[in-house]
Amino acid sequence: MKLRNIFLAPTAILMAVTMLAPLAIIMVYSLLTRGAYGGVELPWTIENFTRLWDPVYAVIFLRSFWIAAVATALCLVLGFPLAMFIARSGSRKNLYLSLVILPFWTSFLIRTYAWMFLLRDTGILNSLLQALHIIREPLSLLYNDGAVILGLVYGFLPFMVLPLYATLERLDPSLLEAAADLGARPWDTLVRVTFPLCAPGIRAGAILVFVPCLGTYLTSDLLGGSKTVLIGNLVQNQFTASRDWPFGAALSLALMAIAMVLLFAARKRGEEML
Amino acid sequence: MKRGLAVYAVFAYAFLHVPLLILAVFSFNSSRFAVWERFSLQWYRAVAHDGNLIESSLNSLIIAIVATALATIIGTLAAYGLWKRGSAWLSGSMYLSLVTPEIVTGASLLALFQWVFRFAHLRLGMHTVILAHVGFSLAYVVVVVLARLRSYDRTLEEAALDLGATELGAFYRVTLPYLVPAIAAAAMLAFTVSIDDYVITSLVAGVDSQTLPMVIYAMARRGVNPALNAVSTLVVFGLGMLIMLSEKLRKT
Repeated sequence: MKLRNIFLAPTAILMAVTMLAPLAIIMVYSLLTRGAYGGVELPWTIENFTRLWDPVYAVIFLRSFWIAAVATALCLVLGFPLAMFIARSGSRKNLYLSLVILPFWTSFLIRTYAWMFLLRDTGILNSLLQALHIIREPLSLLYNDGAVILGLVYGFLPFMVLPLYATLERLDPSLLEAAADLGARPWDTLVRVTFPLCAPGIRAGAILVFVPCLGTYLTSDLLGGSKTVLIGNLVQNQFTASRDWPFGAALSLALMAIAMVLLFAARKRGEEML
Repeated sequence: MKRGLAVYAVFAYAFLHVPLLILAVFSFNSSRFAVWERFSLQWYRAVAHDGNLIESSLNSLIIAIVATALATIIGTLAAYGLWKRGSAWLSGSMYLSLVTPEIVTGASLLALFQWVFRFAHLRLGMHTVILAHVGFSLAYVVVVVLARLRSYDRTLEEAALDLGATELGAFYRVTLPYLVPAIAAAAMLAFTVSIDDYVITSLVAGVDSQTLPMVIYAMARRGVNPALNAVSTLVVFGLGMLIMLSEKLRKT
């Protein structure tokens, strides 16, 4: 047997066990009936998929899309100037870049909890505003859609900044000079030269942020409370409290299909990671 | 324009880093409310006496160390194998594992485990968590090591083969030393994704394999708790030390 095949064998087995087999099980379960005590039973049915069109769930899907879209847009708006600042900071580029990557290495869970600490009724923000006599009653900042979006932007901003930085860094400065020489004002140069040239970075960043935001579970559960139910929470609920595995499987497949379509649409030749 | 960007950057960096700093500062506050009273280590003492936190931290460390070791070894071999000749289905399934929402990965693994348990007398526990962690961190290792192999000069290995090395010998004595920095970075990445994971772990863990993120999550859901601020500070500090250490190692 060739060395290459021996080296690939453990990964092939692991991928089959932890990725492909679970996916196959989910596909089968999504076509079965919910068992009396959780679990699954015959007969075969497509009812789990037709249920996805029920308005109750359609609303949750739309909400998830909306929240992920707003978070992605905010990441783009907030991340672009930051990426531009880093790309133009000369010798201190690496330091500034690592300051963006650093949060990625610290715990996502703890970074989310930090916002609970800041936003709750008796948290820092409310205490500060009350001490300054700006407000009398605490504002309810936590457990709403705004808090979820904030948490997502905070968590995924680095994923937007990195690809933007990568394209901005490669941008030929003489193109910007040419635009200026030909009479473009800075704003025109930005909109008509820099943005179009950064399209690949914007696309990559948007996908890297949007896809995980769409399937988010942790952020919406901690910062949104029970009010903000998104697709991720719905999936989790089917596999735990509701014990409706077939429907959970159908939901999982729907979520994955959406992610796949988005990734496929955004992928261009030569941009593959593996 | 330039000055405007710099001012903006200060605010952006503050947004990224100040929340954790505030959390760390208030972990030393003697009051349980968000008003500064005086310096105190009482919440750290509370953490040191919390058996649940200590046990789950140990679980997390064992899981992360075992999963990282396995994923790093297996992933490095796979990266080398894929570099020799690609494999569409392996690359495809690893790509899939990177882009699958965590909640779907966790739920589908749980479904698989429960199905297997029908035939075998097994239960959810450390072993299922470790298997899940190796599975989802493997792709990260392969991506990082493969990136380094892309800049590797194939002729070095050919020279070793011409000089009489076996295929395995050439890998072990020529290629592997070149890959060491990437392997270290990959291990570091695998360790952090493993020790921090909550979503997948919570679905495939058993009663005796609670991890630190699971305990932190349960505490956070019950609301803010000063002991939790102390644990968070310790975790962030611990991970920070680890990153600095790995940077040092990488540079020497």
